[in-house]
Amino acid sequence: MSTRLATGGRLTDRSDRLEFTFNGKRLTGFAGDTLASALLANDQMLVGRSFKYHRPRGVVASGAEEPNALVNLGTGDRVEPNQRATTTELFHGLSATSQNHWPSLEHDIGALNGLVAPVLTAGFYYKMFIHPRPFWKHIYEPFIRQSAGLGRAPDPEARDPDTYEHVHAHVDVLVLGGGVAGLQAAHAAGAAGAQVLLLEQSPHLGGRAPVDGGTIDGQDPEAWVEATVAALKAMDNVDIRTRTMGAGIYDHGYVLGYERLNDHAPWLAGPRHRLWRIRAGQVVTATGAIERPLSFAGNDVPGVMLASAMRDYLVNYGVAAGDRTVVVTNNDDAYRTAIILKQAGLDVPAILDAREYGGGALAAEARALGIRVEQGRAIAKVQGGKRVTGVAICAQAGAGGLLEEIPCDAVAMSGGWSPVVHLWSHCGGKLLWDDAQAMFRPDPDRAPTGADGAPMLRVAGAANGFLRLGDTLRDAEAQGREAAAALGFTPGAGAAPAAEATEEAPLAPVWLMPQGARDDLRKKAWLDYQNDVKVSDVQLAAQEGFESVEHTKRYTTLGMATDQGKLSNINGLATLSRALGEEIPQVGTTTFRPPYTPISMGAIAGEAKGKLFQPIRKTPLHDWHEAHGAHWEPVGQWRRPYAYPQPGESVHDAVMREVTATRTGLGLLDASTLGKILVKGPDAGRFMDMMYTNMMSTLKPGRCRYGLMCSENGFLIDDGVVARIDDQTFLCHTTTGGADRIHAHMEEWLQTEWWDWQVYTANLTEQYAQIAVVGPKARAVLDKLGGMDLSAEALPFMGWAEGTLGGLPARVFRISFSGELSFEVAVPAHRGRALWERLHEAGAEFGATPYGTEALHIMRAEKGFIMIGDETDGTVIPQDLGLHWAISKKKDDYLGKRAQARSHMTDPDRWQLVGLETLEGGVLPDGAYAVAPGRNANGQRNTQGRVTSSYHSPTLGRGIAMGLVHKGPERMGEEIAFAMEDGETMMRARIVSPVFFDPDGEKQNV
Amino acid sequence: MKRYSAFALVREALNGHKGWERAWRNAQPKAHYDAIIIGAGGHGLATAYYLGKNFGITNVAILEKGWLGGGNTGRNTTIIRSNYLQDPSAAIYEKSRALYETLSQELNYNIMFSPRGVMMLAQTEHEVRGYRRTAHANALQGVSTEFISPRRVKELVPIIELNGPRYPVLGALWQDRAGTARHDAVAWGYARACSDMGMDIIQKCEVTGITREGGRVTGVQTTKGDIACDRLGIVVAGHSGVLAEMAGFRLPVESVALQALVSEPIKPCMDVVVMANTVHGYMSQSDKGEMVIGGGADGFNNYTQRGSFHHIEETVRALVETFPMISRLKMLRQWGGIVDMTGDRSPILSKTPIEGVFINCGWGTGGFKAIPGSGWGFAELMAKGTSPLTDPFSLNRFGEGRFIDESVAAGVAH
Repeated sequence: MSTRLATGGRLTDRSDRLEFTFNGKRLTGFAGDTLASALLANDQMLVGRSFKYHRPRGVVASGAEEPNALVNLGTGDRVEPNQRATTTELFHGLSATSQNHWPSLEHDIGALNGLVAPVLTAGFYYKMFIHPRPFWKHIYEPFIRQSAGLGRAPDPEARDPDTYEHVHAHVDVLVLGGGVAGLQAAHAAGAAGAQVLLLEQSPHLGGRAPVDGGTIDGQDPEAWVEATVAALKAMDNVDIRTRTMGAGIYDHGYVLGYERLNDHAPWLAGPRHRLWRIRAGQVVTATGAIERPLSFAGNDVPGVMLASAMRDYLVNYGVAAGDRTVVVTNNDDAYRTAIILKQAGLDVPAILDAREYGGGALAAEARALGIRVEQGRAIAKVQGGKRVTGVAICAQAGAGGLLEEIPCDAVAMSGGWSPVVHLWSHCGGKLLWDDAQAMFRPDPDRAPTGADGAPMLRVAGAANGFLRLGDTLRDAEAQGREAAAALGFTPGAGAAPAAEATEEAPLAPVWLMPQGARDDLRKKAWLDYQNDVKVSDVQLAAQEGFESVEHTKRYTTLGMATDQGKLSNINGLATLSRALGEEIPQVGTTTFRPPYTPISMGAIAGEAKGKLFQPIRKTPLHDWHEAHGAHWEPVGQWRRPYAYPQPGESVHDAVMREVTATRTGLGLLDASTLGKILVKGPDAGRFMDMMYTNMMSTLKPGRCRYGLMCSENGFLIDDGVVARIDDQTFLCHTTTGGADRIHAHMEEWLQTEWWDWQVYTANLTEQYAQIAVVGPKARAVLDKLGGMDLSAEALPFMGWAEGTLGGLPARVFRISFSGELSFEVAVPAHRGRALWERLHEAGAEFGATPYGTEALHIMRAEKGFIMIGDETDGTVIPQDLGLHWAISKKKDDYLGKRAQARSHMTDPDRWQLVGLETLEGGVLPDGAYAVAPGRNANGQRNTQGRVTSSYHSPTLGRGIAMGLVHKGPERMGEEIAFAMEDGETMMRARIVSPVFFDPDGEKQNV
Repeated sequence: MKRYSAFALVREALNGHKGWERAWRNAQPKAHYDAIIIGAGGHGLATAYYLGKNFGITNVAILEKGWLGGGNTGRNTTIIRSNYLQDPSAAIYEKSRALYETLSQELNYNIMFSPRGVMMLAQTEHEVRGYRRTAHANALQGVSTEFISPRRVKELVPIIELNGPRYPVLGALWQDRAGTARHDAVAWGYARACSDMGMDIIQKCEVTGITREGGRVTGVQTTKGDIACDRLGIVVAGHSGVLAEMAGFRLPVESVALQALVSEPIKPCMDVVVMANTVHGYMSQSDKGEMVIGGGADGFNNYTQRGSFHHIEETVRALVETFPMISRLKMLRQWGGIVDMTGDRSPILSKTPIEGVFINCGWGTGGFKAIPGSGWGFAELMAKGTSPLTDPFSLNRFGEGRFIDESVAAGVAH
């Protein structure tokens, strides 16, 4: 059984007992425990079920690489699936449940899959469930979906109560990893004067060194770590963050850090996670190495654990994974585990060393302790189901012939070490194969490069392939110094501390145990514990031609589990290379992708959720609208009143009332959201002539002109009234949704094509409140406010004037989008509310009525004015809309001119703007298409036009619509049929002029 | 070719799976082919397949620089739908969707086409209008779609938040016969069928030059030697511009990175595909249980198959807003692919200025769903010089200004 020893545990505090539950069972652990160590201390080796065969799974590792010990953490709104027990710090009240089983962890029906495992081999689903066709959707797939998936889905209505935040950091040298290499590198760079940030994913600095032994500068590694951390903390230019992982490195050295602030103490206030967005001059990754499992039959039985993990549990937490542990290895490091177990008084019946030549000094030490050491030996098979009960041993060189059976309840395995090269690889760093150590390590000649083409990332210590303590520290010192030097700092005289570690015999690569394992053994030798991928699966993939490592991965799902192959990838690709008869470096690795370990969606989203997600932009009148019952419509990032329904009034009725009130008396519209872009400079006129189809340079100061803007491809993208402020200044009104886009469009041309023109643009949209004062009484109400002469003579149509209106500084534009007498009054934003209220006060006698966007739309449609986004959709040119008059023939060029000369653009067969009048007076559906006889070559119904805008007009008392119709203007009076959404029912309409109301413009000409 | 079936699996299980053949032969190039396809992605393999199946042209090689299916075919979010606005788009995507329905049976390879339904949320009045227009167009195009109410949206997607503070869900365009498929399997299934017809799939074979004589293609130079051909199809997505330059013409495409990500797997909680274009994000749940998430393309040109993180942030933010329960799920992996974008965001399937050279590119962010239809039409174009499915997508359209713009209705992402 696994148990807590009477003493030991350098990270735990035995005076602080914590209660937690696992599958409802009340258990206790100590402060400093991880959930995994606490479970092991309670003899809970079985912690989950695998993905495919639902095999029993136990803790196999002690860190981020853990593929098995995944739990659902928390309850209610705080449910978090797939949390790794090995990196979950225990806290009082923690509640965890195991995953992927029914009805219980111990008795899981899904394990029956194991019985048909011979059929469910790699890629089986590609070969079956093909017939009968409907069965895939209705029977096979739902079953597969239900049995797949790991953690429990949170409740559909769960709302994460925690907050998250983003921070930016800019440093000279960023060190990722706080083991001895990271500390040393940070020290070297810090001593040179560089601003250093060091991130460590775990709560503890020092990494493996305090567990693995040896001495540094004659000290115990733990004492050295303590002293070094103290020295770093004393440096003003060095910052250390624990519980913060280097999650990913992106192009040009953009680094993502993931800090878990209160996962270990959920009662703490403040954000749960913090996402660091870091720009560093140089990055040093000191991310260590991960031990590899060995591939032997039954290597997945709970109780089989990485040798280093078993050592961690013993030293760090005082927890023994078993009473009798067989150690199996191809290198010397695992002997450390055997020695430490023995020294703790636990039984180690044998060390099976696959190497014929055996181990070095550590082996001698083990023997001296009385441990039986066998050379050239291997595990043929692990016995046991939900827990190891023994091992069958054999010769490594053979096919698995049984030599002896040894009862035991745990197996410690070591297949050598793989440097953590993930971060190096994220941003394009290449690897080389180190044959002697059987590992991929970073190729220093093919480093990731920054924006200047120079290497921006270096790797230190075990991550760089230096597994011995002394080498690690020397490399780390050198990398830290070089990182600082690359940034122009002068490293000091310091040197790496001397370290002593036991000499080790070389490792012998073992990719299958025993080397010639029989079929039945290979089918039980697991590579990917979570996804249930076996040696035989990879071999089958190779047999079937899935020879690329990427094909094999995708065909077998090797390395696609939540650990992303941290334990399985190298063993898997070595198996593949053997099956193909190729060398490992020829086979290569799959691509390493961020993040290093999974990071929460909440952290990625950051603060911007709820009301802060694309915050609503508000005009100065927003609160007034809200208080007066506005029915809102989202328009871009704004909300605009769609209408102002009065108590008991429907939205539709409100719209009708607003139109009528405006046409007969006085309407007031908040037009503040319309874009207002200032274009200024000696070349402003020239620039305006390029941006607009109209001639703008000849516009006189004091005058306005309706202008059109086209894309390079000739399509109409925006429209609006341009006012000339003075010789060098234009004020361009854009659509509400277009303001930012059009400003960017202007800047793009200025900055990339006409960078030598003297023009400056500014988006002034939010600087002004703008109110449209519309209707027969418009002038009367403004005159009541007083201060400006707004008579027809003083301010004719399409003129503008500046002055003081009712005591407020104002610009008044005499423009109309409704066909009524209309003035748009702009005042500084903070005076907007005052103007609006004064207009209502003064207008009361004229029935002043606020109106919303829908009334605006109806009035413009009654007049046949186009609306960007309705009549246009990115495929419409001004010529289609009868706007030839707004296109200057005198100019050499404007954006879109060349495109509008293309053959399809000048084709007389284009669809063109008309009015549409339903025969029965009803309203045509928006977006309906007019059908034409026959079908096209692809069998689709032919069409001859479509509805672009459609409304009920209260002014005319019937439905009116605008549309684009094939040769429409030539077909006045003709009747055409529009299909309803069912494609069958038709509604007939007559083609008429798009100007339905006051065609001569008499209403505004007063 | 040994047929796949449950029966065959059981038989092989008893035999220790020793009898499974290679899914596709490991071919070496011959001196001459009637047709060469550059690019063994989904589109290239489907083209070859239909050249053989519909036109009896089987002396075909498919050349692949890396590993087959390793480009965007193996990197996309596997959405299949055909509710496009413009007639030519709806025609080719609907043809494609219809072919997907029976593709597993046709190829004897389970590509796991799952018509679980695709929903495109309308979150502004403008979007409502755009999708209603699309629904009208689809009715006449023979594409079955409907505009559904927020209530129906919630019934189909219990995890959705209808009344977010920013963009409430006003309805959705719903295509119930749209869905997803296993992307790798599509490439593998076509590859197996092509190989079975005697076609040569040659991997790790990079084309380094295109040989012409008198304005006509005569063959290609590759890292595995020169190969002659009568017809050449270039189907290489992100690197189309590079190949076009080898052939001596230019293309109106830009290559940018498009990114996707998956969460850790959880038990089923979302049965349909949801696209939210106003906030830029889409999500579905794979059969493995991962939430598969896609977003917008980067705004700068790029050939590295990586992307910038800020797009991931925007996408995840949008989806946490739309599906708040995902906040405590974790991102497992993010990746990028290089998509080739044209000016009108529609593909190019066309003859080229070089006689005998045909190009199939420009699928941008929407290529996976089009694989069977694209292969079908492009094979017809290569065999007969014309195809009603592909003719509207010719290169000439850019010179003529005859754009097929799909972004029009509501800024729809593919």
